[in-house]
Amino acid sequence: MNSKAKAAAIYKDNLQNFFFVLPAFVIFCIFYIYPFLNMIFLSFHEWKGIGLMHFIGLQNYKELIGDNLWWDSMVHAGYITLIALTFQNALAFALALACDRQIRMKRFYCMVFFIPPVLSEVVVGLIWNWILNPEMQAGQHIGLLNHLLFSSGLPQMVHNWLGDPKTALTTIAIVHSWKGFGWGFIMLLAGLQTIDKQLYEAAKIDGAGAWQTFINVTIPMMLPVILVVMILTILGSMQVFVLILSMVNEGLVNHTDVPVTRILSSMTGTDRFGYACAEAVIFGMILVCVSFMMKKLSDRVKQI
Amino acid sequence: MRKLKWPYTLTVSRRCQWIALCSCLILVFFVGCSQSPRPSNKIILWHWMTDCNDTFLKLAQQYKQETGIEVVVRLFAPSDSYSQMIIAAAQAHVLPDIYGILNTKAIVADFIKAGLVADLTDDMNANGGAWANSLFDKALADKRFEQGNIYGVKGGIYGVPIDVTNEQMLYNKKLLAKAGITSPPRTYDEFIKDAQALNRVGIAPFVSGWGELWLIDCFASNYAFNIMGDDKIFSTYYGQTKYTDPDWIKVFSVFADLRDKGVLIDGIVTKGNKYAEQDFALERAAFAFNGSWCVNVYHDMNPNLDYGVMPPPAIGRAYPLKIWGGAGSSFVVNANSPNKDKAIAFLKWLTERKQQVILARETNKLPSNKEALKEALLAGSPVLGEFSKGMNQSTHPTIWPVNEDPLVTQAFDKGIQAIIIGDKTPQQVAEDVQNLKDRQMARGN
Repeated sequence: MNSKAKAAAIYKDNLQNFFFVLPAFVIFCIFYIYPFLNMIFLSFHEWKGIGLMHFIGLQNYKELIGDNLWWDSMVHAGYITLIALTFQNALAFALALACDRQIRMKRFYCMVFFIPPVLSEVVVGLIWNWILNPEMQAGQHIGLLNHLLFSSGLPQMVHNWLGDPKTALTTIAIVHSWKGFGWGFIMLLAGLQTIDKQLYEAAKIDGAGAWQTFINVTIPMMLPVILVVMILTILGSMQVFVLILSMVNEGLVNHTDVPVTRILSSMTGTDRFGYACAEAVIFGMILVCVSFMMKKLSDRVKQI
Repeated sequence: MRKLKWPYTLTVSRRCQWIALCSCLILVFFVGCSQSPRPSNKIILWHWMTDCNDTFLKLAQQYKQETGIEVVVRLFAPSDSYSQMIIAAAQAHVLPDIYGILNTKAIVADFIKAGLVADLTDDMNANGGAWANSLFDKALADKRFEQGNIYGVKGGIYGVPIDVTNEQMLYNKKLLAKAGITSPPRTYDEFIKDAQALNRVGIAPFVSGWGELWLIDCFASNYAFNIMGDDKIFSTYYGQTKYTDPDWIKVFSVFADLRDKGVLIDGIVTKGNKYAEQDFALERAAFAFNGSWCVNVYHDMNPNLDYGVMPPPAIGRAYPLKIWGGAGSSFVVNANSPNKDKAIAFLKWLTERKQQVILARETNKLPSNKEALKEALLAGSPVLGEFSKGMNQSTHPTIWPVNEDPLVTQAFDKGIQAIIIGDKTPQQVAEDVQNLKDRQMARGN
């Protein structure tokens, strides 16, 4: 086959491949690229969702930079993420380590731990709303948590968990962690099961104790999985909002606002679609930066 | 793996490629050049009222039997999602023949200006205004625009109200009796006294879904009307009076007082109205603030609930206390619908006495048809009758000459939440709201 025919063959081959990819590409463009570009376009406008759009340049972005409520909401999302990264993932890792051993009813535990993630966030929010209910009827606490605290001799700990600015966000973060730890658990357990058992045996022969084995064998072997779990936790926690809506409605003043609820509030509460789009663009950029940093970190760890 | 020989692959793939390309082009052509809808005997109605869906379906069936025109009733709930869906449908030019706009008057005006809502003035005024006169004026006002209105919309009637509603206070007779209260309070001071009596016997005095900002707004504006009257409220919206005015501080202070006197149920600022309705229906609170639709809701939750209706107790006598009320739900007709006339005819039929009585009976709502009200009240719950009395003192943002900027309203409502949880004082909230108002005024909003 001469070079001209070869080039033609490659061209035809590419064209054929292109046709295979085309449907997915078209769908991706319609449902992702077009809305994304449209969102950027809208962020330069003042628009109520209907009627005329007024081009205002970077005005929405300028306002956003000085919007304390927006940056507070970023801090709140960061706080929820921090709790999820530490408490949620530590719990997931501890349980994964426990289930990696030869224990009784291992499958049952795995199934139970995976129930919260498969529940809808709305359902979880409603269940926890009932558990945390601060009201009383006929001298009895309606909420399960306050009822348990009261009946176990801890009446001083009875509290309006979601109605107090000091505890509302932490309570939401803990519920979010409870709902999300199952994903980390499954991934970490899968990671633990791929570690060659001979490494543990070698460490044992070398006289390593349980803690040394954990630090020098388990952790290094698990680092790539831990990083993936961390990235997913960060992205999932930064975007939490359904749980918040189902637990505190439009929020406890602004104490439970996160970026997505702010975007929703700008769009549906005050009909500022352009501003909501600017918020979404900035939030998207922050998430892309965080993901990029985590990817860099992951690559560096892999090299080590 | 054996690779297929080039000529074979080429022959088949070229044919496939051409077929695929032609199919795509044909598909794009047909999608892009699809025919514009033609008039048919089918009209489509989108609504958000879960509690009315069965009745709408029943009435649609009846209408088909009478006229041969099929009404396709589609329910989209909850109302927040419905509201956004209508905006999305308007942008995509796929609005149905009949729909509702659950938004501020300014947004309704934008829909009209975009040519998406039919002007019903001629139909309403035909035959000496027979249709318009059959409906409650306050209900019609919801989608009526006066000549020279601030929204720049041509004066006229653009919507059809199918029921009327108002928001008042409810009291549980059994719980009041438990606290030794023989009659519902008439003044604010009496209300506070009763609340304290209820607290003494371990009953939460008052519940409302103040996790939803509009309910706070509604309650606060009742007292604003009572404390300073219409003119001062509207002059604040125009930017001529400040929120730091002593009268506004007084309005904010009502909430601080309710908090300090232990009137409000725990967790009120994060409570959705559904939960608040549950609390009142299950007798966890003696007073509630809710709309007339609650009659149906409470009946479903607790058919034996013994309760009455009263306007929020007034603070002073300087100005009358007004409550929010007017059209409960209104439908508009798509101006671009090929079935516009049929849609209007259906709405006319839906608001006739006979159909309105059916709607009122089955959904426990107040009808928008004047003649139907008496009949509906005779057959319906006595509580509904008490609600209907409140229509005389009702008002609504949709009939006010001016509305506050939504961002300021949001800050106002959130400020009240902050007062309730002890985050801010009335003075601080007033200053915050005024600062935002100044910013918005400077921007020309």
